[in-house]
Amino acid sequence: MSHAQTSRVVEELRDRIAHLEGSVSRKALILPFGVPDIDERLPGGGLAYGALHEVAGGGSGTVDGAAAALFAAGIAARSKGKVLWCLTRPDLFAPALSQAGLHPDRVIYCEADREEDVLASMEEGLSFGGLAAVVGELVRLPMTASRRLQLAAEKTGTMGLVVRRWRRQTEASDYGQPTASTTRWRISVLPSEALPVAGVGRARWLAELMRVKAGECAEFELGACDAKGRVHLLPVSADGSDTSAWRRSRAG
Amino acid sequence: MVIARSGSKRWISAADTAARKLGLKVGMPASKAQAMVANLQMVDADPLADGAAIERLALWALRRYSPVVAVDGVDGIVMDTEGADHLQGGEELLISGIVNGLRGRGLTARAAVADSWGAAHALARLTSAETVVVPRGDVTKAVIGLPIHCLRLGPDTIRALRVLGVETVGELSALPQAPLTLRFGSEVGRRLDQLFGRLAEPIEPLRTPELVEVARNFQEPIGAAETIAKYVRRLVAQLTAKLEERGLGVRRSDLIIHRVDNTRQCLRAGLAKPVRDPAQLVKLLCDRIEKIDPGFGIERLVLVAVIAEPLEEKQVTSALVEEEVVDVTPLVDILGNRGQRLYRIAPLASDVPERSIQRIGPTAIETGAHWAAKWPRPSRLLPYPEEIETMAVLPDQPPVVLTWRGKRRRIVRADGPERIFGEWWLRPREMQAVRDYFVVEDEQGERLWVFRAGDGVDIGTGSHKWFLHGIFG
Repeated sequence: MSHAQTSRVVEELRDRIAHLEGSVSRKALILPFGVPDIDERLPGGGLAYGALHEVAGGGSGTVDGAAAALFAAGIAARSKGKVLWCLTRPDLFAPALSQAGLHPDRVIYCEADREEDVLASMEEGLSFGGLAAVVGELVRLPMTASRRLQLAAEKTGTMGLVVRRWRRQTEASDYGQPTASTTRWRISVLPSEALPVAGVGRARWLAELMRVKAGECAEFELGACDAKGRVHLLPVSADGSDTSAWRRSRAG
Repeated sequence: MVIARSGSKRWISAADTAARKLGLKVGMPASKAQAMVANLQMVDADPLADGAAIERLALWALRRYSPVVAVDGVDGIVMDTEGADHLQGGEELLISGIVNGLRGRGLTARAAVADSWGAAHALARLTSAETVVVPRGDVTKAVIGLPIHCLRLGPDTIRALRVLGVETVGELSALPQAPLTLRFGSEVGRRLDQLFGRLAEPIEPLRTPELVEVARNFQEPIGAAETIAKYVRRLVAQLTAKLEERGLGVRRSDLIIHRVDNTRQCLRAGLAKPVRDPAQLVKLLCDRIEKIDPGFGIERLVLVAVIAEPLEEKQVTSALVEEEVVDVTPLVDILGNRGQRLYRIAPLASDVPERSIQRIGPTAIETGAHWAAKWPRPSRLLPYPEEIETMAVLPDQPPVVLTWRGKRRRIVRADGPERIFGEWWLRPREMQAVRDYFVVEDEQGERLWVFRAGDGVDIGTGSHKWFLHGIFG
């Protein structure tokens, strides 16, 4: 069988499977990063609406989740509509979200006392259908809970973002456990962009795409969210030595 | 001081704090009081007006606090807080909220929460504390030492019991019941049982003609969640039909569940704006069906629109051209009724970071306001600035090394200072206070927000200690 024929058969099968899954109408609902290198690694060319995405910090970011929250805020900022942000620890500083492009009028915070309530609120928000994204800050995300969230998101096409943050850095090994989320990211801070003068330049992140359904893992060095929530890819460049030193220290 | 009269007898029926300080007591003859204090200011009692005022208060409480509210005696309000206290953050907060709310209206009130009406009645009137919460099952301990006049018995009975040497509830309940019943009738035993919660005492809720109410009686008691949901749906349909006739929408609705064992449960659902959409109301009420304990069965369901506001029909603009604006109030209602704290954060004109944010209602008007500061702000702000150990050159250099939570970091890059002055126009103590904020980055690339209290020169502006206030992403 020739190559063209095989691909045609495969294509046909794919179409039929997609039709069975009933996801044809949602095919186009993708939020691209606007960075070709990232988007081509993601199936469909961007982060899927109607799916659950997990973000965690690296290093001490596993506890504070500062970069992860900002990454999620950047994604939410680029979507259109209201955002529900569910949390238990109210230490998120809204001006920073505003600086990442997420206007304070767009965010409704939902503060709960227990993790279970955060999960319930997220599910309610995802199945409500009128929101652009639902963000939840969680310590634990069991398989069952993540599947419920994923299904609720699939039903309405709302994007679910889970910011994982733990009480202690050692507990972060929990991030290896499987969940039903579509993508899983780890955002670690890198030394900021070098400036010709003394001072702190634009923040930089190492974004690890640790898991993606129907895709392969990847790593990107990103410039942090700008005022519109956009990230940009750094030219692998100038101070390469700097990052390699950083890598060595992490590994060692 | 208020004077009541019956025939030619005049006695004091109420006295304010100043009068009580002079030694005047409620129940004292008016002539005796006049003999004790010169120039006494006396007002005739008006029981009708008092009754009307207490009913108005009860209505206010019905709207605000609990679905089942009634007037208790001549001087009190009784309410069933079950199923309503979580909306106010618990029983403790509920009753302190009531007492504070009344104080704001110039009234002095005392409140008690207990398992039974009798116990709450007694405790609210007899303890010196403003608010009392008796934990579940502790009623006996709380009321055993109270005097017998808190038992809601007639004055003759009380007097006769005193003659017998009975002073407290504990002594009375220790006496054999049969002779007591023989002598005083069944009233004493009944009041005691009601006090200890052995006998149910349902509260007949206060109702006015304006309240829209629908009810459904069941010949056979129902209990299954699906059945309850089915009848809730029917009741909601009836209620919305009635509301439509009057052009009203619900702001707060109560579902009152009468069980066969003569007890009652309530579900209260609040809404952010008037609603007449049956589906939304059903969702709110059915969301908490699992909270209902049907016991031996439910014989009656009542649905009341406690607060109803005018709701006009509106024409919906065609969605062809305009961007669709999604109304999030149904979601806000669902989450809010589950007891979650929902809010938006709005900018407040203040340079001090922790004061630059304020929480507003989730459905408040969108102002489009931004924070004016162009300086980077951290994505996590610590609840309180944490003191750190640093090495820094005064007056205006960032730290070279800092130790936070036991971890020593060498600072590679830094930005600053961003000087923030105390708000002396609001707080006189901050007349000279200064904070110098720096963004610092350590070798690992972690970016932190630190500040020095004081300007580095004048010790009057701050202690010159260093604090960590936030973490950048």
